[in-house]
Amino acid sequence: MEESNRQTFSQKKESPHKNMFLQKLKSYLRHPSALIMFFLVAVSVVFTVCVLGFLIFHILANGIPYLTPELFSFQYTSENSSMFPAVINTFMIVGIALIVSVPLGICSAIYLVEYAKKGNRLVSVIRITAETLSGIPSIVYGLFGSLFFVAALHWDHSILAGAFTLSIMVLPTIMRTTEEALLAVPDSYREGSFGLGAGKLRTIFVVVLPSAVPGILAGVILAMGRMIGETAALIYTSSTVPEVAKNVFSSGRTLAIHMYLLSNEGLHTNQAYATAVVLLVVVIIMNWLSGIIAGKVAAK
Amino acid sequence: MKKEKIMETVFLLMACVSILAVVLICVFLFVNGVPAILKVGIGNFLGGKEWRPGNGIYGIFPMILGSVYITAGAVIIGVPIGILVSVFMSEYCPVWLYRFLKPAVELLAGIPSVVYGFFGVMVLVPWIRSIFHKGGESILTASILLGIMILPTIIGVSESALRAVPRNYYEGALALGATKERSIFSVMLPAAKSGISAGIILGIGRAIGETMAVVMVAGNQARVPDSILKGVRTMTTNIVIEMGYAQDLHRETLIATGVILFLFILIINLAFSLVKRKSEIQ
Repeated sequence: MEESNRQTFSQKKESPHKNMFLQKLKSYLRHPSALIMFFLVAVSVVFTVCVLGFLIFHILANGIPYLTPELFSFQYTSENSSMFPAVINTFMIVGIALIVSVPLGICSAIYLVEYAKKGNRLVSVIRITAETLSGIPSIVYGLFGSLFFVAALHWDHSILAGAFTLSIMVLPTIMRTTEEALLAVPDSYREGSFGLGAGKLRTIFVVVLPSAVPGILAGVILAMGRMIGETAALIYTSSTVPEVAKNVFSSGRTLAIHMYLLSNEGLHTNQAYATAVVLLVVVIIMNWLSGIIAGKVAAK
Repeated sequence: MKKEKIMETVFLLMACVSILAVVLICVFLFVNGVPAILKVGIGNFLGGKEWRPGNGIYGIFPMILGSVYITAGAVIIGVPIGILVSVFMSEYCPVWLYRFLKPAVELLAGIPSVVYGFFGVMVLVPWIRSIFHKGGESILTASILLGIMILPTIIGVSESALRAVPRNYYEGALALGATKERSIFSVMLPAAKSGISAGIILGIGRAIGETMAVVMVAGNQARVPDSILKGVRTMTTNIVIEMGYAQDLHRETLIATGVILFLFILIINLAFSLVKRKSEIQ
């Protein structure tokens, strides 16, 4: 409404843009402090965009030339420093972590949104703990994982220990996004379903959850991106063996750990750049997908 | 009907997993870490200026100081830029630019910390070294890198705080003859103060907990630094560097370092939820 008014107003003038620009310029000259503030705002935005652009450009420019086929050979040797085993391990860890955390996160969110009564003491405790979990640094998760999954449960350094550590780490993210998605489903859907004689459970699974799927999916993809880039939580849980893990109880490094170790050794900088390209591209795709899906939800 | 009841219990149990997780994390950290603190002595552990595991000297004061320095540096660099960008995004940004800028900021949050660290090693460290002729791996480098890394957190929270301020505040200020900038910086920002503070606290939490990016650019010397161009070790990096080979008491003191870090985080979380509640009441 406001937008269309403004348009008709500006159409009456002969050269609205030029006039407005001159007016703005005059006003800025009269108020130098305003000009300074505007300048600072502009500089900050340009800085932020340039940092992001330069980072991406720098990694791509230095990494893409070294994306050779031997970097993806099946067997890791110290000569080829292949990232292929790390890619497979990453898939395994992220897959297992999702199998654990997605049902947990969705069920928790269903309880919080659909069942919990307002002012319930337990609900506020769950919310506080979820908030605490989301604030804990990944290295503390790594410590906990190595004390609990690796040592106390005797899983040793393994894919499984790493995956469970990650699943706790991303649980709050999945819980929060699912909660938001469920809350966005209009109450009339639920009332309609109840009115047709469906029970609560049926309403949730047949009516509410399907319409919340895009929102949940956006959250899950975001969580996947975080897990793929994670290092500190995994380095002492799934550990650093550079080969494809034979089963979930053997150790294996993920792509992010692979990259950290390559750059730490200092001998394989070019390969580290190439690995960074892969990581960066995967994360960009994840963010883009999540954004598209979330955008579709918002458009609805 | 019975099925309904069973499923409700299942949902409830699943929801309690996050409580269980926090309890387990607390129990395992404290049980494994606190005895070491007592063995070394609380004063010696927290206040000891020397960390020499080989000689049985475990003082993490340099690491606490390192975490505080680097976090403070990141806040000094990241907070002003973050707030100014959030001002741009909520007050100036045309729609076409917002469609590009918002995903860019989200991408900044999504880039893995190893990639940031690697970028720091390859670009920032040589750059700082060429300017100052020393101190490539230093507090300054780590602060700049962390300042960039906390930008998206601060931008995101500040932007939504600014958007939550009623529009008539801004219009009122304009009607009184204030310039756009004056209306924003003297009216809108103070009104969004508590939301922005919540964002800053969240950013502090991110910065103090960051590990991989810091370990790659901070130099990691366990000593009290006397200049911002000196290398430093933080609590997080102390754990990640030595956990691989530490044994017995040494290993326990590393877990104890994690306990202290965890306490820092709990305090920051508490401050965050208090400030957030305040901003929600407003």
